[in-house]
Amino acid sequence: MDWDAVLLSRIQFAFTIGFHIIFPAFTIGLASFLAVLEGAWLRTRREAFKTLYLFWVKIFALSFGMGVVSGVVMSYQFGTNWSVFSAHVGSVIGPLMGYEVLTAFFLEASFLGVMLFGWRRVGPGLHFAATTIVAVGTLISAFWILAANSWMQTPQGFAVGPDGRLIATDYMQVIFNPSFPTRFAHMVLAAYLTTAMVVAAACAYQLLKGKKTPENRIALRMAVAMMALVTPLQVIVGHESGAVALEHQPAKIAAMEGWWKTQASQPTILFAAPDRKAEKNHFELAVPGAGSLIFGVGPEEELPGLDQFRPEDRPPVFIVFWAFRVMVGLGLIMLGLGLWGGALWAMGRLDAARLYHRALVAAGPSGFIAVLAGWIAAETGRQPYVVYGVMRTADAVSPIAAGQVATSLLVFMVVYAVVFSAGALYILRLIARGPEPEEQAPPPPTEMPGTPLSAGVGPAAERP
Amino acid sequence: MTLDLPTAWAFLLALAVFLYVALDGFDLGVGILFPFARGARERDQMVAAIAPVWDGNETWLVLGGGGLLAAFPLAYSVIMPAFYLPVGVMLTALIFRGVAFEFRHHGRGRGKKFWTAAFFGGSLTAALAQGAILGGFIQGVEVADGAFAGGQFDWASPFTLLVMASLAIGYALLGATWLVFKLEGPLLARARLWSRRLAVAAAGAMACVSVATLAVDPIVTARWGVSLNRVDWGQFLRVAPLPLAAAACAVAIVVRAPTARGPLPYALAVGLFAAGYGGLAVSLWPYIVPFALTPHQAAAADNALALLLAGAVVLLPLILSYTAYSYWLFRAKVNPDGADH
Repeated sequence: MDWDAVLLSRIQFAFTIGFHIIFPAFTIGLASFLAVLEGAWLRTRREAFKTLYLFWVKIFALSFGMGVVSGVVMSYQFGTNWSVFSAHVGSVIGPLMGYEVLTAFFLEASFLGVMLFGWRRVGPGLHFAATTIVAVGTLISAFWILAANSWMQTPQGFAVGPDGRLIATDYMQVIFNPSFPTRFAHMVLAAYLTTAMVVAAACAYQLLKGKKTPENRIALRMAVAMMALVTPLQVIVGHESGAVALEHQPAKIAAMEGWWKTQASQPTILFAAPDRKAEKNHFELAVPGAGSLIFGVGPEEELPGLDQFRPEDRPPVFIVFWAFRVMVGLGLIMLGLGLWGGALWAMGRLDAARLYHRALVAAGPSGFIAVLAGWIAAETGRQPYVVYGVMRTADAVSPIAAGQVATSLLVFMVVYAVVFSAGALYILRLIARGPEPEEQAPPPPTEMPGTPLSAGVGPAAERP
Repeated sequence: MTLDLPTAWAFLLALAVFLYVALDGFDLGVGILFPFARGARERDQMVAAIAPVWDGNETWLVLGGGGLLAAFPLAYSVIMPAFYLPVGVMLTALIFRGVAFEFRHHGRGRGKKFWTAAFFGGSLTAALAQGAILGGFIQGVEVADGAFAGGQFDWASPFTLLVMASLAIGYALLGATWLVFKLEGPLLARARLWSRRLAVAAAGAMACVSVATLAVDPIVTARWGVSLNRVDWGQFLRVAPLPLAAAACAVAIVVRAPTARGPLPYALAVGLFAAGYGGLAVSLWPYIVPFALTPHQAAAADNALALLLAGAVVLLPLILSYTAYSYWLFRAKVNPDGADH
């Protein structure tokens, strides 16, 4: 393997976007959760909803901040490291990113200020509106970025200009490309599930500590309901997304499934060590015919294997194969936890089931890991192309020296390690403390010892 | 008359960059002034003056990057690799500065000290890195076959050092005048003093940069009508209002700051920046990548520009109005207890 600017830039992009995606995945779900909590508080005036809101908004502020700063990096990295890609497809997907900034980023940033610091400054209705706007903003942002990324997976609606650069012929086709609807739905549901897993783990941890407060019991039920309802839906959407990929990106599906041979009645492989050089799987444990069955094709119809593609056109199989299995495995665990929780709830034993609570705490990070694994499978499965079938990753890189990229990669690793550890520490500290009955709105910032944890600035006059 | 899309977008992006400088400039400036605060209470008061709005301000930088990619992909793909190192430094500095807003309040003991230092260090480093990009940009970028063709340290020069220092001083001035607008108590008096000193320093730095810029390229010399051996008075008088306006702004800050408590010094500081920005436009127009690419050469396809323009025409006024609403909502002065009233 050659440690050139291409490989180093790929590692840097994977590293920085992998770090970044954790935060949107969490804040998309958390923003909607907060909007529901505040709406429920305004409707019922139950203190528990308000307490929950004021508790989780502090965690939201921390995560959103980390999402913003790691996101700014992304908007420049297309140019610093992938300038040929930018120059060639800028006319096609550039406007999508432009619209993301214009329709989502400003909205989120401005109303986040109101959400965090306006609790005692604006009326409850307006504050709720601000929370809702931020939640909608996160979804709009996901819409545009998933549209751009999906276009790179299943490009359409473009022509190649005389200078070799791509020109959009129909932006509706660019945005609503074949893989976009299912991938967008898949990501939003994943974000909701990620948040549900964290909220459930936080509540379960408090219940295990003996804090059977209304806050912990309510939030646990909200999270379990989300899990129970959304995981089955996610299985269906994920399957649909796979069906689209089978049609448009068969090499990716072959790599995910570990299919080397084109044949009828493809298996579902449970365990294997795919070997790219030998073009086969070692230690394979498979259910014969199950693969074709899952994709709904008859026993006679052939499904493409990697032998359909020249070796240099195949994605790295081992990574894609295993990332996919990690994602699906965690999804099945979430499905199980949702059903288990639903059953306990129906039997009225949700608050006392210590074994279940322990399982929830252990599964707290499962959403993050599943999201990362899913993105690794999707993006690595697109290789060796940056725009599937149109432009190779190796042709997309900037004319920069490898040493430069190695340096920046090292710096990003150190910086992200520091920032991520600190952020994770502060979030975990808050979760360990749990919501308190007299949870305060983000108070004025202070470095004075002994004051409660605060998320920032607040005006003096208390809102009743 | 048909609308010239690349030119329209060049103006819009120039506006976005200027809004970034005027708005995030005061956030970064407050960070640069952090070491001059006396104790934790004053630092909290300074952060309180920018905390509700900084995120929106930084978004103009994202629009600058995303907009450049969308409207001028060729310029984007030349500028970013050319300034690989300073862009990377700026981004990491902005990471530290950005998370420090929250982390300062969650850290205990050493953690708190670290993030307080990171807020200052991140702000100053981001300003210096932006100065390096600006300096290298004014010097010009080497382009061959529509791609960056220079070396990784082309931007580094004594001229760039001068621009780096000047931009940091300029941001500190924006920060100090913003504090005059937003603060009360003992810190207000000191912010007034800072504003006066920094106005003098910024005007001096800007004069130095202006003179040095004349030596960058013959195009610039011709625009200003000033060279070592000859002054073309006719040409110079046409552009002279810009340096005069800058000088007037600086003098007005020095005169008015001692008694000011409103937005006037900040507005004058923005005026100073606007004059400098106008001067740059005079020097560099019509290049979007100095002395190599014009907006027309670097522009995206017309349908991309048209689609974006349609969105911008509707959305930018909307963005500006809710941004204004957010500033209005947090218009109150911040007193020494960190609370505003």
